[in-house]
Amino acid sequence: MKSGSNLERVLSAGHFSVTAECGPPRGADPDVVREKAAYVKDNVDACNVTDNQTSVVRMSSLAGCMLVRETGVEPLIQMVVRDRNRIALQSDLLGASALGVRNLLCLSGDHQKFGDDPQAKNVFDIDSMQLIHMVKTMRDEGVFPSGEKLEGAPKFYIGCAVNPFADPYDIRVPRLKLKIDAGADFVQTQCIYNMETFIKYMEDAKKEGLHEKIKILAGVTPLKSAGMAKFMNRMVAGIDIPEAVIKRIADEPKEKQAEKGIEMCIEQIHELKEMEGIAGVHVMAIEWEEKLNEIIGGAGLLPRPVIE
Amino acid sequence: MITGTPKPIEELLEMLEPYENIIVAGCFGCVTVCRVGGDKEVQVLSSTLRLAREAKGKNLQIREVCLERQCDPEYLELMRPYLEEYQAVLSIACGAGIQFLAEKFSKTPILPGINTGFLGVTERQGEWTERCQGCGDCVLHLTGGICPVTRCAKSIFHGPCGGSVEGKCEISKDVKCGWQLIIDRLKSLDQMENYGKIKPYKGWDSSRDGGPRRILREDMI
Amino acid sequence: MLPCTGRIDESLLLKAFENGADGVMVVGCLEGDCHYVNGNIRARARVERVYQILEQIEIGPDRVRMYNLSAGEGAKFAAFANEFVEIISTIGQSPINKARSGNSQPVQEVES
Repeated sequence: MKSGSNLERVLSAGHFSVTAECGPPRGADPDVVREKAAYVKDNVDACNVTDNQTSVVRMSSLAGCMLVRETGVEPLIQMVVRDRNRIALQSDLLGASALGVRNLLCLSGDHQKFGDDPQAKNVFDIDSMQLIHMVKTMRDEGVFPSGEKLEGAPKFYIGCAVNPFADPYDIRVPRLKLKIDAGADFVQTQCIYNMETFIKYMEDAKKEGLHEKIKILAGVTPLKSAGMAKFMNRMVAGIDIPEAVIKRIADEPKEKQAEKGIEMCIEQIHELKEMEGIAGVHVMAIEWEEKLNEIIGGAGLLPRPVIE
Repeated sequence: MITGTPKPIEELLEMLEPYENIIVAGCFGCVTVCRVGGDKEVQVLSSTLRLAREAKGKNLQIREVCLERQCDPEYLELMRPYLEEYQAVLSIACGAGIQFLAEKFSKTPILPGINTGFLGVTERQGEWTERCQGCGDCVLHLTGGICPVTRCAKSIFHGPCGGSVEGKCEISKDVKCGWQLIIDRLKSLDQMENYGKIKPYKGWDSSRDGGPRRILREDMI
Repeated sequence: MLPCTGRIDESLLLKAFENGADGVMVVGCLEGDCHYVNGNIRARARVERVYQILEQIEIGPDRVRMYNLSAGEGAKFAAFANEFVEIISTIGQSPINKARSGNSQPVQEVES
């Protein structure tokens, strides 16, 4: 075991894994996290805690992780390279590991332009690829990137993210390969709506044997309404929702669209479960955590396995 | 070249409020080429300032000068003989020139007339875009001649990130994705093998992060 | 002497105001009919910039205006001139001239 995390154990045992995410609040109220975590509990193998996503200031990811863990859910800390240089990143990695966080997701982070503080200075001292490499060096070699020996190496199951729907398409699989080379153990994808593109992406990844080198967790986000689908498709860079998907939910009367969104999500998870090379799903029920049990249960993924 | 944009006239008028007798100093270097601080701009700006001040009933005497370069000491020295006759210098050279003036003439307030921009190129008359951040450790041979530090909004070394859509950066549809450009160019050069390698962490110490920089060429001293 | 309105730059127009003009009309050839291809188009852009400057410094942007006509249109020229004089008379004296009444002319030093 590299980290001994529950997520690592479940995936190593060959189970189809489930992760979800909790966005920390825009304030210091810990109960917001506790409430979300209560919905997540028992439905997942680990729960991502986002790091100032879309550059909007929120409670820190590490604090969120501690609150999630307090509720009995295994946390997965997201870490973006936008806001911290390598000194701060190393320090926070050590701190997170010391506090018992065992899963990590290495990200670039959205540009600060999208948040409340578009005038902020960004950092990007190292990129997400190099962050993966840095954590792996610290974990496996017990040294800082500078070569100095660590007093106790951080233990992380190292994750990365990929967006199969960003451009140019033909660099997407080579870029995943780079992340594997850098040291990623698992990958969570951007939310998938265009299954056709995703199937092609998986075929290309499998040709390179990548599914055997990394655990691939397919990202899904249930649609709440046709309006949300249209908004995401238009406004969120790198999200691709085909017309047919939008039409399917738009054809329902407004009050039934949420229900339809959940049905479509469950259907999609069933389909993903059958795909070779998919090791699990990452369910991003954005501000809709209360539906996680229904979705994950509906997909036949409960109860979650317990592996000692 | 070093580019820049004029400061708003209201800001300059506020800056010049305490003075009645100044020099407006241009530069025949980069700022002439990008039409923000050359001889012509000295004339237009001086007229504008005089008119604005006179309309408010407060005169402003201006000596209009344009130096060969404000970043070389010998040209700055040309101002020394008459500098004391003026209360301040409004320089429309780049930030380097303005500071060099301030450094050489310790008793005269030196004011900035432009906002210095970036190291860029002329796309067409009236449009300039950034190309170089002067990071001090060039990797253009590995990236098809397109700089990831400058052209990528996140300066990442293994792009493009998930925000690249149809060749455009996530920050704006008006900004090209630097990494899309790099990949297109690597492909056309048949150098995609450069993409498949993990690059070492960049040493930003050769950039501004290492403190104010100095180039010392012993062979030239 | 100016061979073409394309030779007029912003500072020349501003100097006219400094020298006491209440209004400046720029009369160029018809657009598309420039002997130097696009001199009058450039002139128009410069007049527009001066318009903006006059607006910013509250001198009154309408004090500068560009007209286009051909060399044979004497009557039209007269009509434009009358029109412009009418406009300027309505706007009145420039704030510079108002401020100057009673004051001596400012000294300008120019160094090339």
